[in-house]
Amino acid sequence: MASSDADYAVWLRGIDKQFPGVIACAGADLRVRPGTIHALLGENGAGKTTMVNVLAGVYRPDVGEVWVSGRRRFFQSPADAIQAGVGMVYQEFRLVPTLTVAENIVLGAAPRLLRGSEIEQRVAELSATYGLAADPARPVWQLSMGERQRVEILKALWRNASVLVMDEPTAVLTPGEAAELGSTLQAMASEGRSVIYISHKLDQVVAFCDEATVLRRGKTVATVDNLDDVDLHELAEMMVGSSQSGALGRPPPGETGHEVLRLQGIHAVGDRGLPALTDIDLTVRSGEIVGIVGVSGNGQKELAEVISGLRPPAEGQVAVKGQDVTEASPSDRYRLGLAYVPEDRLGMGLAPKMSVVDNSVVRSYRSQRRGVFLSMSRCLEFCRGLVERFGVRVGRLNDPIAGLSGGNLQRLLLGRELAGQPSVLVAAQPSRGLDVQGVAAIQGHLVDQRAGGVGVLLISEDLDELLALSDRLLVMFEGRIVGEYGPDVTPRTILGAAMSGNPPT
Amino acid sequence: MSEDALIGLFVATVQFGTLVYLAALGELIAERAGVLNLGVEGMMAMGAVSGFMVGLETGSPWAAFFAAAAVGALVGGFHALVSVVLGAGQVVSGLALTIGGLGLAAYVGRNVVGERPEALFTDLGIAGLADIPWIGEIFFDQPPVVYVAVVMGLSVWFVLARTRLGLAIRAAGESAPTTDTAGHSVMALRSGAVMVGGAFAGAAGSFLSLYMAPGWVEGMVAGRGWIAVALVIFGAWRPGRLALGALLFGFTLALQPRLQSFDIELLGVQVNRISPALLGILPFVLTVVVLVIISWRYRHRPSVAPAALGLPYRREER
Repeated sequence: MASSDADYAVWLRGIDKQFPGVIACAGADLRVRPGTIHALLGENGAGKTTMVNVLAGVYRPDVGEVWVSGRRRFFQSPADAIQAGVGMVYQEFRLVPTLTVAENIVLGAAPRLLRGSEIEQRVAELSATYGLAADPARPVWQLSMGERQRVEILKALWRNASVLVMDEPTAVLTPGEAAELGSTLQAMASEGRSVIYISHKLDQVVAFCDEATVLRRGKTVATVDNLDDVDLHELAEMMVGSSQSGALGRPPPGETGHEVLRLQGIHAVGDRGLPALTDIDLTVRSGEIVGIVGVSGNGQKELAEVISGLRPPAEGQVAVKGQDVTEASPSDRYRLGLAYVPEDRLGMGLAPKMSVVDNSVVRSYRSQRRGVFLSMSRCLEFCRGLVERFGVRVGRLNDPIAGLSGGNLQRLLLGRELAGQPSVLVAAQPSRGLDVQGVAAIQGHLVDQRAGGVGVLLISEDLDELLALSDRLLVMFEGRIVGEYGPDVTPRTILGAAMSGNPPT
Repeated sequence: MSEDALIGLFVATVQFGTLVYLAALGELIAERAGVLNLGVEGMMAMGAVSGFMVGLETGSPWAAFFAAAAVGALVGGFHALVSVVLGAGQVVSGLALTIGGLGLAAYVGRNVVGERPEALFTDLGIAGLADIPWIGEIFFDQPPVVYVAVVMGLSVWFVLARTRLGLAIRAAGESAPTTDTAGHSVMALRSGAVMVGGAFAGAAGSFLSLYMAPGWVEGMVAGRGWIAVALVIFGAWRPGRLALGALLFGFTLALQPRLQSFDIELLGVQVNRISPALLGILPFVLTVVVLVIISWRYRHRPSVAPAALGLPYRREER
């Protein structure tokens, strides 16, 4: 009789992994039986991607054990994980656009000598076996997202992976392609392979997964051996946690004043050319926090971009303090009183290799001048002011900002945006991935701004945060606002609306 | 103009073409793996001086040639260490290699300047073929390095297009994370490619000091390393097109010193009144023209340049 370890295709045991300032995993477990499709659930920042990167040999865990097919593994690199039979399909596909489908599939497990026609034929046979249509001779850049994903799956099959990990596989697929993917995965599971399926689209998870593990803040909070036994709402509650932890009680509703932000009939197109926002109307008044609830990918990112001026709307109007800014540039909007904390802090919010000082003044450098030149002493003074006021823990101010931890980056970014004394603040996922103090500090600043008469639009996936901070909640689903609720709404009502688009009343 | 002068022009075209082809082929390997090496000029200088000096010691042109390749690989290894292993900027490291390589070559060779060479490559009259009028002299009565370059060109094409190693090299030049997660060591692939590229440049340098301009003087590489860098772009990172480009660039290099003696009129211009300096910039002008054409033709699809060219790679960066 084999020990119980051997019964699992994958066992990640007590995984701890820290990045500077961010605790990604804190004792998380994941057990997957052979021949099953296992859903790995959790909000963004819950540690799902870190867990599978540990399994794929990309990250080494600080603490914890990795078992694959009944043996303890010590992966030094992705090559080791591949050797052990782990096939990973990353959210951002790992394909070389200029190489052909066949070349991409065999990369990493190719015969020493390649004859184009021969590998193409073998790849064609493989794709026929699994019903994964892909023309082996075509270069990958010509393929649709759905086809690229099939190539990724074929890549894992080519290496005969016994465990296939799919990170947010349906985020880039059309509904038809998503359904097709489900049956492909089921066919693979019926051969005895295991699939780890990361998603926050719960309806799909329930439709074709067998078991589930739920992660929250880097810990495993629930395991479900049979997904048929639970319903959507239970699962959603496990993900977000229904405890009203609320580190800070919401201050009593204050006076809301005049309108500071108004969107009227906004339509916008997403990166892939599909409609991302449909007929959005919303207003934010001074002195209130308006929360945007929704499963990510339902138009929140595009909404923030339309407001900040990064994405031109196809239709509709954006007004700040009653002034039409639909055509205005992001910097004009900033000067009018619109501050923006983007979701992608280090990519869009800050320039990683520039110094703390330079990052502090990129918005307001015009007022740090002496004549036509920048006054370094004024910049430095301004930066010191930010660091002090917002409690940023920082080494030397002239060092690249990338060395700061997540929480301190966010403090500085928020401080910079607030330095212009805005009347509207759009904050996208401001506390995602931060440690406890970081979250508390950022949330504290949002509440302070509200008290100071700023209108805040808070886009978040953390339901606790939204419930704790917001005066009003708007639910987004597939690019529309499908419901508006007061502060005393129950989590369950909100979840129902957010997941199905049909608010229960 | 005499028939001999014209044949001489084409013979020199093949030789100059070989010189820049060998160096450019090495640079192509490095760039296809994703590493820009602007140190070709310096690596060629090091190859030229060390080849010449080993020739003085051993009297064997082949020993000198391979020693120069080894020195080139070593110098290239410096670039690999700095830019691939340590992840520093490739442009800075490459330029340092050119400046440092030229200086080091001058220092190493300070006592052999002007010495009579002991080892020289000689022309191989290939039996039967060398006697064909024109063609024979131009293509079949050349030093062995010319044929080595042809063989190397075919080999590089074969390895890149038809082997697992080549596939991995091309992938490393397009997307390092993809190559890494496919289980290849990006660091090993890139370092190897840069060192092999250095060997090619070193060998090319010794062709200069062991045949084309026997001896060693400071500055004898005279910008041909930069022409090789331009040639890689001109050849659109393909070994075959690189060969065509090498002949074209070789022609301009061969023509430069001969221009004044050509007393003919071309398109209404008296050829010997054109400044040779103008001819010297022709390879670079052609490269820019080709670059513009390529960018235009590829505006709706991925560029022909390796997508990851110049980008360092570190794995655990979040």
